[in-house]
Amino acid sequence: MRRLLWPLLAFLLLTAQASAAGRILDGEVSGEHELTLNLGLALPVDWQWQGRIGVVERENPDIPLTVQAARLERDGRVLVLTVAEPLSAQSAYDLTLRASDQDPVEKFTVRKGFLAVLFSIVIGAALIQNFVFSRYLGLCIFFGASGRKETAVGMGFSFILVMTLSAVFVWAVYNFVLRPLHLQFLQVLTFVGIIAVFVQFLDTVLRKVNPFLFKKLGVYLVLITTNCIILAVPLILVNNAYDLWESLALALGSGAGFALALFLMACVRERLELADIPEVFRGLPIAFVVAGLFALAFLGFSGMSF
Amino acid sequence: MEGQQYTVLERLANGLVRENPIFKLALSMCPAVAMTNNVRNGFLLGLAVLFVQVASNVTVSIFRRFIHERIRIPAYIIIIATWVSVSDMGLAAYAPGFYKEIALYVKLIVVFAIIISRLEVFASRHTVWPSFWDGMGMGLGFMFALMFVGVFREFLGSGSLWGIEILPFKPFFFWSLPPAGFFAIGLLMALFLWLERRYNAWRGRK
Repeated sequence: MRRLLWPLLAFLLLTAQASAAGRILDGEVSGEHELTLNLGLALPVDWQWQGRIGVVERENPDIPLTVQAARLERDGRVLVLTVAEPLSAQSAYDLTLRASDQDPVEKFTVRKGFLAVLFSIVIGAALIQNFVFSRYLGLCIFFGASGRKETAVGMGFSFILVMTLSAVFVWAVYNFVLRPLHLQFLQVLTFVGIIAVFVQFLDTVLRKVNPFLFKKLGVYLVLITTNCIILAVPLILVNNAYDLWESLALALGSGAGFALALFLMACVRERLELADIPEVFRGLPIAFVVAGLFALAFLGFSGMSF
Repeated sequence: MEGQQYTVLERLANGLVRENPIFKLALSMCPAVAMTNNVRNGFLLGLAVLFVQVASNVTVSIFRRFIHERIRIPAYIIIIATWVSVSDMGLAAYAPGFYKEIALYVKLIVVFAIIISRLEVFASRHTVWPSFWDGMGMGLGFMFALMFVGVFREFLGSGSLWGIEILPFKPFFFWSLPPAGFFAIGLLMALFLWLERRYNAWRGRK
C-alpha cells in the first residue's frame, strides 16, 4: 500500500508544478476584483502590452472578463490586474499575456494550489454539498437501501466504486470524443448509455473474476443505474470544466458523501423499528422526517469553505 | 391485455390517485423534495415529466414488438434519453429564465424511476391508445403531487402562490428552507395514508 502511495503523491506534486512553467511563477486572487501575479524577472514590455491581456473564467472560456487596469509593481516583478467582474478564490482563471509584439503568447492558470483544490472538491461534495442532504438527489436508493446497516455499507462501497470508475470514463469520452466533434447536445444520451453499459460490464467481469465480491455487491450494481447521482456527477463535472484529477475528486467525494448518508440513515432506521411511532407514519413517512432532520443538520456545513 | 378494458377516466384516476407516483408508489422523490419550494418550478418540472412520460410511453408501445426482451432496458433508456434531450432543449429555448433553476433536474428525468417503471409495467404490453392515457395519468399525477407540495410550501413559507403575494407576512419561513421538502413529503404522505384508511373504514361500514 505504502509503495503505491509515495509515487502517487510524487506524481501529484510534479503535475502541480508542471503548470507553472513559463515566465509567470505563480498567481492568486488577491481581492474581490484583483489578481496578483508573481513574475520571476521583470517583463520587457512595450507601450501596448496592457491591451493584450486576456482573462477568462475556465468554465466560460468564450466570455472574456473586462480588464480595467494592469500595473507593474516592485520593479516590474509583480503584476496586478484589476477586473470589473467579481472574482472568486474558488474558481480558476485562464490568463493570456504578451509582453511585446515579438514575444510568444504566455498562458497561465490562476488557481489555488493543486492539492488544496482537490481537497476542497472532495470535502465540498461529501459534506458541504452532500448529494443526499443538500442537493436532494439519489433519494430512491437512499430510502430503499438504508433499512439495514449491512445493506447500507454494501451499497455505499459499490456506489463509490462505480461512481469513480464511470466518472473517469465519462470524462474521457466527453473530452476526447464529444467535444472535438461538437456533439455536446448528445451529452445526456451518451452519459446514460455509457453508465448503463459500464455497470453491465462491471457486473459481468465481477461475476467471473471475483465471485465473492460479486455475491456481496452484485445486487446493488443493477440498482445503481437508476440513481440520479450517478448521472448528476458527470453533468456537474462537464458543466464546471473539471480536469481529470478534479473529476476523480468529485466522484470520490460524492460517493463518500452518499455512503456516509446511507450509513447514518441506516443507523437511525434500525432504531426506529423499536420506537412507538403513530401508525400512519410507519415506514417511509417517518424516514422522510428523519432525513429532513439530517438535512437541517447538514445545513450547518453550508457556511464552510476552503 | 389481461382481458381488461382500460378507459380514459380509469387510467387518469389511476395515475392521479390510486397509484400516485409520489405519494403512493414513492418513486422519483428527488424532484419532489428539491423542486417544490414554489409552485411554478413544480409545474414546469411536472410539465417536462408529463411530456417525457407520454412520448416515451407512446414510442415504446409502437415499437413493443420490435424490442427484444433481452435488450429492453437499454432500449427504454435510450428512448427516454432522446425525449429528455428534446424537452431539455425545448425548455432552454422557450423558457430560459425558469430553465436555469431546474436545468439539472430536467436532465435527470432520464433516471427517474417512475418513467421506466411505467414503460416496463404498462406500455410494453399495451396498445398505443391506453399507453397514451396511462402516460397522461401518471404525468398528471406527478405534476399534481409536485404542485400540491409546492402550494403547501410556498404558501406557508413565503405567503404567496405562483409568485403572487397573498399574505403580507411570512407565516412559517421554515417551509421555504430546502430541507423542509423532506418534512413536507413525509407529512403529506402520512396524511394521504390516513385519509385512505378513513375512507376505507367508512366504506367498510356502509
